[in-house]
Amino acid sequence: MSRDQILEVDRLTMRFGGIVAVQDLSFAAERKKITALIGPNGAGKTTVFNCITGFYKPSAGAIRLTHDDGKVIALERLNDFRIAKQAKVARTFQNIRLFPGMTALENLMVAQHNALMRASGFTLLGLIGAPVYRDAEKRAIDLATDWLKRVNLLDRADDAAGNFAYGDQRRLEIARAMCTEPALLCLDEPAAGLNARESAALSELLLSIRDELGTSILLIEHDMSVVMEISDHIVVMDHGVKIAEGSPREVRDDPKVIAAYLGTDEEEAAAVMESGS
Amino acid sequence: MKTPSINTAKAASGIPALLKTAGFNALIALVLFSLMVGVRTEAGSDGQLTYWTRFGEVASLVAAVFGGSIVIELLKQWIGPTGAEKLVPPAVQSGMSFLGRYLAPALLIFTLLVPVIFYDQRYILDLAILVLTYVMLGWGLNVVVGLAGLLDLGYVAFYAVGAYSYALLATNFGWSFWICLPLAGVLAAFWGVLLGFPVLRLRGDYLAIVTLAFGEIIRLVIINWQDLTGGPNGVSSIPRPSFFGIPLDNSDNGLAARLGIEYSPTHRIVFLFYLILALALLTNWVTIRLRRLPIGRAWEALREDEVACRALGINTTTTKLTAFATGAMFGGFAGAFFATRQGFISPESFTFQESALVLAIVVLGGMGSQLGVALSALAMIGGFELFRSLEGYRMLVFGMAMVLIMIWRPRGLIGHRAPTVYLTKAHAISSDLVKEGHG
Repeated sequence: MSRDQILEVDRLTMRFGGIVAVQDLSFAAERKKITALIGPNGAGKTTVFNCITGFYKPSAGAIRLTHDDGKVIALERLNDFRIAKQAKVARTFQNIRLFPGMTALENLMVAQHNALMRASGFTLLGLIGAPVYRDAEKRAIDLATDWLKRVNLLDRADDAAGNFAYGDQRRLEIARAMCTEPALLCLDEPAAGLNARESAALSELLLSIRDELGTSILLIEHDMSVVMEISDHIVVMDHGVKIAEGSPREVRDDPKVIAAYLGTDEEEAAAVMESGS
Repeated sequence: MKTPSINTAKAASGIPALLKTAGFNALIALVLFSLMVGVRTEAGSDGQLTYWTRFGEVASLVAAVFGGSIVIELLKQWIGPTGAEKLVPPAVQSGMSFLGRYLAPALLIFTLLVPVIFYDQRYILDLAILVLTYVMLGWGLNVVVGLAGLLDLGYVAFYAVGAYSYALLATNFGWSFWICLPLAGVLAAFWGVLLGFPVLRLRGDYLAIVTLAFGEIIRLVIINWQDLTGGPNGVSSIPRPSFFGIPLDNSDNGLAARLGIEYSPTHRIVFLFYLILALALLTNWVTIRLRRLPIGRAWEALREDEVACRALGINTTTTKLTAFATGAMFGGFAGAFFATRQGFISPESFTFQESALVLAIVVLGGMGSQLGVALSALAMIGGFELFRSLEGYRMLVFGMAMVLIMIWRPRGLIGHRAPTVYLTKAHAISSDLVKEGHG
C-alpha cells in the first residue's frame, strides 16, 4: 500500500469446474486514475470484472476497495447488488444492458434508486406526496439532466433507450452508471463497436470523468487507440495470468505483450520488433 | 404452423403460395380429423367394440379448413398483423389518440352513472359488479405480471385468502366488514411474501409452475382443513356489509328507515356497486402512484433487465417481494368484497380457471396498461355474458374472438407504455421495445 490505491486485487483465482479462468492475479488501481485491463480474447478479463462487481464469487483471493474516507471494504465478501449499493462500484456491460422500454431519463432515474428510496421513506412518504420526496425527485432529475448533457443526449431525454443508436446507448449506459455516484467505475469494453469519431468522444468523456469528478476508472478495452490515449496504468492478462503491467509506453514495448497478441512466443516477437525498429 | 405461413405470405404472395399454405393446413386437418372424427367408436351392448366411419364429415371439415386458410391468408395480406398500423390513415390515427385521451374519463363517468341509468335492471347491476371485481383483480395482478414481469398463475390464492379471511373473521368473531377489509389485504400480502420467498430464484416457466402449484395448495388446504374452513361445504351466512355501521336492510334502524325512504333490495346492490368501484379505483390510484415512485420504476426495470438492476445496486429480492405483496393485497381486498357480496363462499370459487381468467384479462388488455386491463375485463366478462344466447357455442365464439384479437394486437389492446417521468414531453413507448419480463 505504497501509493493511494482505491482497488487492490490480491491473488485472485477463479475456477469454473476444472477450468481455471483467472489464476493468482494481483494488481492495483490508483485513486482518480484510469486503469486498463487488456489482453487477447479469452484472457479472463471479463471474469475479473465479474468478480470485482459481485457477479461471480472468487474461488480464492481478496479484492479490497478503499473509499476516500479510508474505509476498506472486502469486495469478495459482498455479493450481488451490495457491491453497487454499499461499496459504490458501478459497472457497464460488454453487451449493453439498458432498460430498452424506458426513456433515457427513466434509465438514469432507476440508477438513483437507493437514494430515492430513502427519500421516499421506502415508498410511504412518496405515496402521500410528501415534499421531502418531491425535492429529492427534483434533485434526481437535475442530476440525470446534468448527465444527459454531459453525454450529449439531452434532446433525446424522453425517447426510449431501445431506440437509440449503438454509440448513444454506450454513452447512456456510462451516464447511468455514473448516476449511482460511484467511487469506482468499471467499464467493460466501452469502445466496442464505436467508430473513430465516437471513440474520440468517449476518450474525452472518460478523461472528464476522471479530471472533473475525480472518479477512479477501471476498464477493459480492445481499442488500443483509446487505451493508450487515456490510461494511466495498464495491466495485461493472457490465459488467466498477468503477463505485464505499467504505463502505456512500457506495455507497448513489452515483447511478452506483443507475443500474446500475435499468438507467437516471446523470442519471435522480440525478433519482429527488432527488425521493425 | 403460423410462422411458415406468415413467411410464405411475405416471400411470395401469389396464388401458388396461397394454395400451398392452404393445402398444408388441410393436410394437418386431415391427419387430425381422420382419427378424431373419421372413426367413431363405442362400446356395444355386450361390451364389445363397435365402430363406424364418417368420411363425409371429415371431407367437409378438411374442405372448411382449406377454404378458411385461404380466407385468412387473404385477410392477412389485406390487413397484416405487423403492418396494420401503417395501413391506418393519419386522420384516423389522430382521431384514435383523441379518443384515447378522453376514453378513460368518459368510461369513469359512465361507470359512476351505471346505477342511475340501470336502477331497475338488477341483472345489469349484478353484471357490472362482477365486471368491476375482475377489473380490480386485473389491476392487482397487473402489478405483478405487467409491471414487475413476474408470471403468476396462482393469483386466485390471494383472492381466496382475502375471501376466507373476511368470512371466518366475520362469522366467528362478528367483526365488521370495515375492520376485516384491511386485515384481509394484510393477510393476503403476508401470503404473497410467503410465496415470494421460495420462488424468487426461479424465472420464467419455473416461476409460473410454482405459482400455479401455490394456488392449488391454498385451495386444497381450504378443502381439507374442515374444522376451520368448513371444507367443501364452504362458509355460509357471511354478514352483508353495512353502510359504516348502519345495516342496509328492512329493519327499523336500517339505512332506508333512517333516511325515511321506502326500503328496496336494490339499495344494497347499488351500495355494493359503489363499494367495488371505490376499491377498484383505490387499486388504480395506488398503482399509478407507485409507478412514478422509485419502487415502481424498479419493478419495471426488473422486467426490462434484472442483471442491470443488480449492477445498479437494486435489491432485486425485496423489489420482487414488494410486487408480490402489493398484488396480493389488492387480490385480498377483492376477495373480502367477493365474500361479502356472495354471502357464501366455497373452494369451488377459487379454481385455477379464475387465475387463468384474470391473467387472460391482463395479457389481453396489454401488460402494464391500466386502461387496457379495464377494457379487457369489460370485454371478457361482459362479452362472455353477451354470448349467453349462443349457449353451446359460447366458448367457441369467445375463444375465436380472443385468438383474433391476439393476432391483430399481439401485445394486448393497449400495448404501448407511458413514461413515468419526462423533461419536455411524454412520448408513448412502442410495445416492440417494452420487454415482457422473464420471471
